[in-house]
Amino acid sequence: MALSGIQIYKLLPQTNCKECGFPTCLAFAMKLAAKQVELSACPYVTEESIALLAESSAPPIRLVSLKSDGYETKAGNEVVLFRHEKTFYNKPGLFVKVVDTESPEAIKAKISAADRYVVNYVGIELTVDGFAIEAASGDPEKFSAAVKLAREASKRPLILVSRDPSIISAGLKALEAGESALIHGADKSNWEVMAALAQEHKAALAVISTDLETSADLTEKIRGKGVEDLAIDPDTTGLGAMLTFNTIARRMALKKNFKPLGFPIIVFPKDLVAATQAISKYAGFVVIDDFKPDEVYPLLVLRQNIYTDPQKPIQVQPGVYEINNPNSEAPVLVTTNFSITYFSVANEVEGSGLPAWLMVCDAEGMSVLTAWAAGKFDAERIAKSVKGSDLASKVSPKRVVLPGHVAVLSGELEEELPGWDVRVGPREAVDIPKFLKEAL
Amino acid sequence: MPIEIPKDKWPGSVRQVVLGATAAEGGTRTSKVVVGGETCMPFMHFEGAIPNRPVVALEIRDRRPDDWSPLLVKTWENVIDDPAAWAKAAEEVGADAIQLTLSLTDSAGQPMSPETAVATVKAVLQASGLPLIVFGPGQSEVDNLLLVAVAEATKGERLALGICEDKNYRTIVATAMANDHVITARSPMDVNLAKQLNILISDMGLPLDRVIMDPTTGALGYGIEYGYSVMERLRLAALQGDAMTQLPMLVTPGYEAWKTKESKVGEGVPESWGDWLQRAINWETMTAIALLEAGANILVLRHPESLKQVEAAIQDLMTAPDMVSV
Repeated sequence: MALSGIQIYKLLPQTNCKECGFPTCLAFAMKLAAKQVELSACPYVTEESIALLAESSAPPIRLVSLKSDGYETKAGNEVVLFRHEKTFYNKPGLFVKVVDTESPEAIKAKISAADRYVVNYVGIELTVDGFAIEAASGDPEKFSAAVKLAREASKRPLILVSRDPSIISAGLKALEAGESALIHGADKSNWEVMAALAQEHKAALAVISTDLETSADLTEKIRGKGVEDLAIDPDTTGLGAMLTFNTIARRMALKKNFKPLGFPIIVFPKDLVAATQAISKYAGFVVIDDFKPDEVYPLLVLRQNIYTDPQKPIQVQPGVYEINNPNSEAPVLVTTNFSITYFSVANEVEGSGLPAWLMVCDAEGMSVLTAWAAGKFDAERIAKSVKGSDLASKVSPKRVVLPGHVAVLSGELEEELPGWDVRVGPREAVDIPKFLKEAL
Repeated sequence: MPIEIPKDKWPGSVRQVVLGATAAEGGTRTSKVVVGGETCMPFMHFEGAIPNRPVVALEIRDRRPDDWSPLLVKTWENVIDDPAAWAKAAEEVGADAIQLTLSLTDSAGQPMSPETAVATVKAVLQASGLPLIVFGPGQSEVDNLLLVAVAEATKGERLALGICEDKNYRTIVATAMANDHVITARSPMDVNLAKQLNILISDMGLPLDRVIMDPTTGALGYGIEYGYSVMERLRLAALQGDAMTQLPMLVTPGYEAWKTKESKVGEGVPESWGDWLQRAINWETMTAIALLEAGANILVLRHPESLKQVEAAIQDLMTAPDMVSV
């Protein structure tokens, strides 16, 4: 459990020597509590205090990171149950599964296609994070061959799926030096051997159980063997069971600082609906069976949305954006600086092939309707943005187009911007090309 | 290792709201929908009661819509010009309720008249016994004109009337009170604005068990995270005992998802978007599932396949999991 500033202060030397850069030990303690400084800045803190503080400052959900040549995917380190309480930090890794009984060509084709996959969402390039190789063959050699195939087709992190230690061992040996994979996984009968393998190969290890008590038992035993990078799998196909398991595990870790369940959760959702739930409800690694762009794209977008910091909506720089080389006859289109709004509008204008000046007003990162409701996108602000630019000298005729949702502002804007022809555009960005072609 | 599960003990609960009245209750509905009543966060069966399952309504229009995705038009092509047949088709594919949206103009481009609106609503009520939610076109003056006429002509049916916003709530609340209907109160993605509207409505004397709130949402990729968190915050506030947030929530993932480019446009989009129809259905389904888990009680959808998937998810989530330690 995180300590308060006062509790930390009691563990410090209390000499106010100032060597940490703060005027008093109490001030330093407050900064420590806010996680704004490192304890190492204090030269005199005792070993005993260091140990106590380290334990208390360990994250309630361990950060587990899977690494391979140039790639890393992290899960854990979460601090809240609801995103509005602070934010969700580490986006769950999206892994695509292949099975070692598929033909080598099929395995390679699936992995290559998913590895190459990139989709652009509001200017961010989204990709899948890695692959899970499942041993259905029961044959260590076949599994090892599949792992090698995966490594030829992609350098992204891997999850090795089998309960049989001899198969996992063969798979681990087929990996490249220096990478850390995730073994899936350990259960009541195999955990000891699996823990030894994880230790030897510096791999992370998932424990599999439908009930939380068994999961907690297993992580404790495995930690006792020196393996700390663990994940827990609720081992269920039911939505209700997964939701309950994940919620309780997260609560135990955050509210009770219960270390045996303080690990990222790995799920193998049975379909898109289950994968949707996994992303919003606490999974750290999500393994999907199929690679279908019509599923992967919305999953990646959902992940991006849920893991957006609620305090900081993604904004774009306010100002004038030139699209398709506008000349003096091009219209001035007005929108807000919320990134999703900006990208929707900019993409449509660009796609239309018609030139325009896009005036992005500072609406504190809100969408058109939200900003308007909050009083951050009104005629006065729009007029100020237009006047603050040099558009008046650049365009003729002077035409400014309002988003259809704020048609109500047109009268006021006419008063604020004498000499401008105020038009009302469509409500939705998707209708902009038609508007540019037909109405202007 | 024995685990003591941390259970949240909530002092508050969500109000129960009934949509639709049967013959015995003064209406003509053959089924009712009861939503709300829960005493815990969504699907946390181990710490509270969830007496009523969330429901799915399908949206239909009073005439062929001008701006719907061609995919939807194709899906409903056989019934799209006949609201009564459309309602019947929606019932046949498994909807729990019908949500009828009235248009601003008729198919000839003339302003929609109250008489036409009433005739349409009556035809829909005749064709399907499901509870009915009626939304106006979304312009407050026209909404008032049409919805008052509809409310009076259907007295006792316990329709849900919307969209009731801060601009026009008075008229719609008054007619709902006079004619025994329910209202849906919409506020723009903000906890305090939602509360404020509920207070205004309650001050007019409409009992809160006849109010459903629509906190507004965005589609996946288009601001869903705002609506999602507002819903979670509203539900937490309700359970903590804030009376003015203790209302069931209605959201319109169908409307939101189907206006996105991902659903509307099939050509000239990136290849990485995948198959158009699948993508569009996935967009609607995923928007709905995320909102369902944030506390939605009524989800209004447009496509029968999304309806099927969301209904299956609700059934799964309403079964209390048989977990040893729970």
